Amino acid sequence: MSNVNRMSNVTLTSENDMPVMNTPIEEKRWETLDDFINDPDFEQVMEEKYPREASVMRRSGMNRRQFMQLMGASVAMGGLVLSGCAPSRPEQEEIIPYVRQPEEIVPGTPLYFSTAMTLGGYVTGAVLETHEGRPHRIEGNENHPASKGGASAMLLSTVLELYNPNRNTAVYERTDASAADPEDQYSVSTLAAFQEAMAASKANWGDGSGVAILTQLSSSPSMQAEVEFLQETYPNAQWFQYDPVARTPVNDGARLAFGDVVNTMYDFTQADVILSLDSDFLMDMPGSVAYAADFSEKRRVRMDKQNTSRLYAVTSSQTNTSSVSDHALPMRAADVEAFTLALASALGADGGSGEFSEAASAFGAAVVEDLQSAGANAVVVPGEGQSAVVHALAHAINAALGAVDTTVMYTDSPLTNTTNALEQLSNLIGVSGGLEALIIIDGNPVHDAPADVNIASAISTVPFSVHLSLYRNETSYEATWQVPLAHFIETWGDGRAFDGTASVIQPPIGALYSTAIGPLEIVAMMADDERSAFEIVRDYWEGELASSDFATDWRRFLELGVIEGTAFDTTSPSLSGSLASDIEAAVSTPADGLEVVIRVDPLIWDGRFSNNPWLQELPNPITKIAWDTVAMMSEATADEISARDGEIIDITVGNNTMQAPAWVMPKHPDDSITVMLGYGQGISPELDEDLRFDAYAIRTSDALYGTAGISAEGTGRNYELALVQKNMDPFDTEPVRMKTLDAFIADPDGVQKDKYDGNFLPGFEYTGNAWGMSIDLTTCIGCNACMVACQSENTIPTIGKSEVLQERDMHWIRVDTLYIEDGDQTGFMPVPCMHCENAPCEQVCPVQATVHDHEGINNMVYNRCVGTRYCSANCPYGVRRFNYLDYTDDTLILQEQRNPDVSVRVRGVMEKCTYCWQRINAGRVLQAVTDEPIPDGAVLTACQTACPANAIVFGNINDEASAVRAEKSEPHSYSVLDDILNTKPRTTYLAKIFNPNPALYEAQADESAESEEE
Amino acid sequence: MSQVFNPSANTVAKISLLAGGLITVIALIMLLLRPWSPYVINGNYSGIAVAQPVRFSHELHSGQLNISCIYCHQNAEYSSYGGIPDTHTCMSCHGGIAVYSELLEPVRQSYATGEPLVWEGVHDLAEHVYFNHSVHVQNGFACATCHGNVLEMPQVWQANNMLMAWCLDCHIEPEQYIRPVEERYNFNYEYPENQEEVGRALLEEYGVDTEGLLTCSTCHR
Repeated sequence: MSNVNRMSNVTLTSENDMPVMNTPIEEKRWETLDDFINDPDFEQVMEEKYPREASVMRRSGMNRRQFMQLMGASVAMGGLVLSGCAPSRPEQEEIIPYVRQPEEIVPGTPLYFSTAMTLGGYVTGAVLETHEGRPHRIEGNENHPASKGGASAMLLSTVLELYNPNRNTAVYERTDASAADPEDQYSVSTLAAFQEAMAASKANWGDGSGVAILTQLSSSPSMQAEVEFLQETYPNAQWFQYDPVARTPVNDGARLAFGDVVNTMYDFTQADVILSLDSDFLMDMPGSVAYAADFSEKRRVRMDKQNTSRLYAVTSSQTNTSSVSDHALPMRAADVEAFTLALASALGADGGSGEFSEAASAFGAAVVEDLQSAGANAVVVPGEGQSAVVHALAHAINAALGAVDTTVMYTDSPLTNTTNALEQLSNLIGVSGGLEALIIIDGNPVHDAPADVNIASAISTVPFSVHLSLYRNETSYEATWQVPLAHFIETWGDGRAFDGTASVIQPPIGALYSTAIGPLEIVAMMADDERSAFEIVRDYWEGELASSDFATDWRRFLELGVIEGTAFDTTSPSLSGSLASDIEAAVSTPADGLEVVIRVDPLIWDGRFSNNPWLQELPNPITKIAWDTVAMMSEATADEISARDGEIIDITVGNNTMQAPAWVMPKHPDDSITVMLGYGQGISPELDEDLRFDAYAIRTSDALYGTAGISAEGTGRNYELALVQKNMDPFDTEPVRMKTLDAFIADPDGVQKDKYDGNFLPGFEYTGNAWGMSIDLTTCIGCNACMVACQSENTIPTIGKSEVLQERDMHWIRVDTLYIEDGDQTGFMPVPCMHCENAPCEQVCPVQATVHDHEGINNMVYNRCVGTRYCSANCPYGVRRFNYLDYTDDTLILQEQRNPDVSVRVRGVMEKCTYCWQRINAGRVLQAVTDEPIPDGAVLTACQTACPANAIVFGNINDEASAVRAEKSEPHSYSVLDDILNTKPRTTYLAKIFNPNPALYEAQADESAESEEE
Repeated sequence: MSQVFNPSANTVAKISLLAGGLITVIALIMLLLRPWSPYVINGNYSGIAVAQPVRFSHELHSGQLNISCIYCHQNAEYSSYGGIPDTHTCMSCHGGIAVYSELLEPVRQSYATGEPLVWEGVHDLAEHVYFNHSVHVQNGFACATCHGNVLEMPQVWQANNMLMAWCLDCHIEPEQYIRPVEERYNFNYEYPENQEEVGRALLEEYGVDTEGLLTCSTCHR
């Protein structure tokens, strides 16, 4: 310190007084730290040589001397902290047993409950794992048709939503409507007071025309029965349903084609040729998780399974579906209609007209030929955001191909109300003037209704309005009462999956907050129904099923998570006779020039999950940007509106404007900008206050999914984006190896390279269990579900945008996106720890904090780790994560979510994928207790159970019958970097085998060769 | 001017220098050893009974009445956690026995009000240690091996220091401690003279993965 004090007495008049050095930066040397601090090039040197430290300095606003002092102080602090490392006296711990221990509960052993999550009205089955009553993780339910064991990232993160500290926990009443600050208008009340107020309001409900309910889209039979019960007392009571993402074009398309709303399902296991018309069917449909399973099932390539499907994608922006396609044709969303018309015409389907545009002609011709030859095993899937015409034409094309009942199935809609959501919202606004009471259950229509629909004023005209919600959001502040909503993990309910299969939503715990009530409970309260939500659901199904032994059946439904036999029968709707003329009337000519495409965010969805840190920190599957959304566009479009990567642009549609940072994506069509819904609510504290990238601002009733003829321009303002994946290929080798199907059949070993086998270490023979993993790059769809599953299983903290910017992300498994074959193909590559048999990390650890065990797992011993980070520097796969700043959030309610079988790591400790060793140990204990070998499939990693595509296989490679051993003995199984390193990873990959159209593929290859020559 | 220091000052200086250094070294050694001192390791548990809300006596129940361990701690056989009995278990006997005993007042209170009893923990492993009761109990490691002779404890105390080194004694040489499974609840079991031989045979019979006993991930996650 003395040195620093002395130096700080030296007065420098300005930095310009320093001698100007002309030495190039890379050759500069400094004799003391002060020389360095006073160097005029200090900042530049910091930026170039120490980018992380430089960003800390930038952010903190410290001057260089303060910064260097602080860096010194932190070293001293580190020394002080070390003296506290010794074991300390244990604290006296209390043990509180039950008064009456429930029969099923064995402390220390988890219990599993089936339940289901509702999204957009459709449910997906799930299983909750609870420890001593606390739900700690949720995963897919293999009995459920919409899950098939897999799950979406959204489903997996709902367990954190349950414990979210930002949840509303109190009943609020508006007591002072005149206060300027909305927060001051409300004061805390009680549930009893709310009930009294409702009772008082009931006097004015009359025959029910004075009361209305607004929910999100619903497929819940019990809810419908309960509303009908309410209508016995109040016959004119109305129930409206609204969701911002409500499949309006899908329904309109069905009306156009069949005259009525039908539910369309696809069977991708039967599909040999698939054409996606701007559809992201692997991510954004009610059956997407199941579709991903089916699609991957068909796509899987093994020595004994070589028939696979071929996926063509016409796409208005990069999506997971277009990324895994064999051929993608970027096209403005507005032009897809013309493409579909031409396609229908070429295939002889009703309503077709015109010809493919020049740019699409080669692609179109190949698609037509392939679809025709596949016939009934072909399928055309229209996108959720495409126009009704595209949907109607797709129905006609599928009918013309003979695909109905093979790859395409029709049933009745599982939803209780098929009127378009927006129409229902308008109807509510229409009657709101005469309403005495409005009960809004969940949702946030004030924020997410289209810009031209003013629901806020409709709500505020109602004398008694209540908003039941998990969070106090924009809609809550228009209502006279705010009541906490019970999370679906806390309250009973039911719903139907995309194929009509009904599930009971079973809560493993009661409401965490005594003030919270569920959707069924509030309707029961309105109807003066004394029954609990449980009784309402159970009574409904008892009456509906008329079973002779309902008590037994009910228990089985709860155990399976599905009510058997409730899937809808397929129907055969016939195409409308006037389809051709109706389509001709409905076809619109899109405006030229720039268009904006509004998509639902694959993680935040319509914004409902925006307050979930797991999903915010999860990089977007396509852009790899965490904590933010961007406006995606092609390089040419970015040049046209003169925007750089990360520059805020104004997107103007009519009179409405939104802002978003520009982001150039490869394979994005020109003259098109893609924005995502979901960012822009006021409830996420991590979002910059004056910047809300709110796509709802430009969303209007007549252009729900975007429109052409818009304008956009750069503002010159730069916005820092947390890009998680920066260096695509550090070793300049080929992490994702790929071959065409034909090449694979001709030469199955073709992906193998000359292996490097140098080794200084003695070998070790693994005689017992030997754990290993195989990841199939062909079937991985890059959905990032594995990352969330790992996060919830292994108590991985979220770190926030500022830390992600410094590349300190903590995910134990990451999914890299690599563009290969000149960007024509996209490889998604999940990267967990490789558990190398010759692990480079182990050899450099000075304290033996990372060592191998006898089953081949690279153990990380947190208590030994002193944080030198040598291991991380020496890991060629970059899988090690360092806890820089004690990221673990100790908020009491969040501690409830932690896995009791996993240590909570502290600051200064390295951590990484453990192959879920807590689960392996559960297997070992089972083996030791039963004296039987661990059966294959008894130990599954969290990422494996979550993967909707079943791309991850884990098990004992010494077990000759194990699935993982079979995967690893495939000829296209390889380990990354095996050509330059002899690390012998236990995690291996199956090369990506894609199935391009040979003619189209050769043409593409010629084209790229030509462009290279130029 | 006379000398400030007389000749003996040299000796004093040397001794003080030496003593100063020695004291520093000793202090450092003591500081380093402190974590392993009985004060830190055992807290107030070492051989000293911990006060409990109910003066439950293992000496009476297990020793004299010969009630099996798993009548109350049944989870030990199939869960990681041995388990503390619920109030209902106590009352299943004390509904009819010693019904007016003053000592049982908290138990009756708990049963009547539904408020659980709050026991003081005696054995408390570090948070990063994942001990599993079932795997030990099912493979021939007895309650007494870790918990000491509970039959002689009117109130339970911690019989062993439960340090990692103590765990490793057994994980390195399990043959010294293993016994037939049927003897696991026997507190008066005497190891045979040829225990090493018998032990090895038992390890073989129960299929104990001796190699796995020494890997970090067996106990730490």
